Amino acid sequence: MSPVKVLIVDDHRLFRAGVRAELGDAVEVVGEAEDVDSAVAEIARLQPEVVLLDVHMPGGGGQEVLRRVLGSGAHVRFLALSVSDAADDVIGVIRGGARGYVTKTISGRELADAIRRVAEGDAVFSPRLAGFVLDAFASTEAPPIDPELDSLTQREREVLRLIARGYAYKEIAKELFISVKTVETHVSSVLRKLQLSNRHELSRWANARRLV
Amino acid sequence: MADRQTLRHAPSAPPEEDTPYPRLLRPVEGRLVAGVAQGAAEQLRLDPVVLRLAFVLLAMVNGIGVVAYAAIWLFTPQRPHEGPPPPRDWSQLAAFVAIGFALLTVGWLTGTPAERITAWPVAVAGIGALILWQQADPGRRQRWMRGASEGASKNRVRTVLGMALVVIGAVGVLAAEGGLAQARNALLFTGVVVGGLALIATPWLAGLWKELRQERRERIRQEERAEMAAHVHDSVLHTLTLIQRNAHDSREVSRLARAQERELRNWLYQPKQDADATLAAAVRRVAAEEEDAHGVPIEVVCVGDRELNPRLSAILQAARQAMVNAAKYSESPVVSVYAEAEPDEVTIFIRDRGKGFDLDAVPEDRMGIRESIIGRMERNGGNARVRTEPGEGTEVMLTMKLETP
Repeated sequence: MSPVKVLIVDDHRLFRAGVRAELGDAVEVVGEAEDVDSAVAEIARLQPEVVLLDVHMPGGGGQEVLRRVLGSGAHVRFLALSVSDAADDVIGVIRGGARGYVTKTISGRELADAIRRVAEGDAVFSPRLAGFVLDAFASTEAPPIDPELDSLTQREREVLRLIARGYAYKEIAKELFISVKTVETHVSSVLRKLQLSNRHELSRWANARRLV
Repeated sequence: MADRQTLRHAPSAPPEEDTPYPRLLRPVEGRLVAGVAQGAAEQLRLDPVVLRLAFVLLAMVNGIGVVAYAAIWLFTPQRPHEGPPPPRDWSQLAAFVAIGFALLTVGWLTGTPAERITAWPVAVAGIGALILWQQADPGRRQRWMRGASEGASKNRVRTVLGMALVVIGAVGVLAAEGGLAQARNALLFTGVVVGGLALIATPWLAGLWKELRQERRERIRQEERAEMAAHVHDSVLHTLTLIQRNAHDSREVSRLARAQERELRNWLYQPKQDADATLAAAVRRVAAEEEDAHGVPIEVVCVGDRELNPRLSAILQAARQAMVNAAKYSESPVVSVYAEAEPDEVTIFIRDRGKGFDLDAVPEDRMGIRESIIGRMERNGGNARVRTEPGEGTEVMLTMKLETP
């Protein structure tokens, strides 16, 4: 299997160099970009499989890149990588179309794993993102509009809880007596709900978490 | 002129900050003519525009305003000013002059300008208009009302009062004019003049309002920036200094960096919480303290939240002990803490990926796990499970059932 082609989008040069070094040979870093415009241009030119996307950038941030690239129908997958812990940032890029969210404290090996997983079409949840999602879907003040989309199944909840507890997919599979593939399916399904649910609580919840 | 010069240089009152009632001075900044209105406004804590309008209106009443202005000018020393005097706001001055001329025109159109009989209604109408105008500007109104803390009903009273005064003034003008026959003419002229007045004053008032709002926004922004600078100075710069001083001790450096990162993150992203009031805040605080004490990063994820109570204090203490164990003995690079508050249950998981241990091999007298974690939870009606194996890391699971209130 050929290594995954990755584009790093971040406005900090030092950080891009650091990620490149940490990833080493695990993936093939085809290029870098430092703002929204160059990111959109480089994605079109280099056709990477996975884009490592910073959330905060000059020119509209990661969400703007997502809007412009995914809006044009390009087939590329995004993994958000950020120092931010703000719920509205996290929920924002996921709902914008990113297939995962990891914080910049992640180790190089874990990041390479996450990239590979995203390239294969799966979703990547950090413990914090899992916590956010559980929190957001738990705040059930209004009845769900679409029961299928607006609530999590018991199994999905269990999987998310284990992610939040710091378990790797393999450990979750062992814990719940299911295959790693099934764990991935559950996580992807949660991601889909997160992206498609019209629950206004999701946005409201994320906004309420904002520090005013 | 000579008088003014001597007055200006005469030994003035002691410095402002020493006296409870500062002396009236004429500032150079913001003056239109000689700074009389500006100075008096500062003294009275009013908007200078109000005083300027008052002077203009009084000037219509047999020139009282002009005399009063001149008198105050004569007897008030100028405030010392460094550097070249700032330019006057000519457009504002022009607006006031225009208002004065417009009022004169009203007097001239209605017949007998110098006589009190006409002048007073004009003044009354002017005051009414002033109140209305002041009413129309929310920013200024707010400032005006701040001290008095009056309700909305008072606002309405003020509006009605202002309108009544305007009407009384207008009726007064008509009465002085004599006869209903000419009333229509006079009304027409008054309408034209008021229209002209509005035409002259509106752009300037609008500009003034915009300026005021912009100034307020700018002030808020500056305050925010100052607060941010203060915070960065107290925390980040301080930590950077400490890091430079401890550069030889890599453990201490990473502890400092980590503590600073956590603090900054909390400041940026976490909702403001009282650490002694809710579970999530307390878990974060405990984790932060143990992270500081042992130099091992502790990642905390919280779902849900609830008020603290004595039984939750027990689970917190148990969780703290589990964090201490993980940080001290497991040799794990990172400890994960997950706390979930459900309506009827609180669970906290403390997990490390360290060397683990054989639970059965732990000596009976080791207080950490048996007493501080399992014993404490059971005494308080909770439950603790420890899952560990050599080489597999350790997870402590704490559960506390709660009766729903």
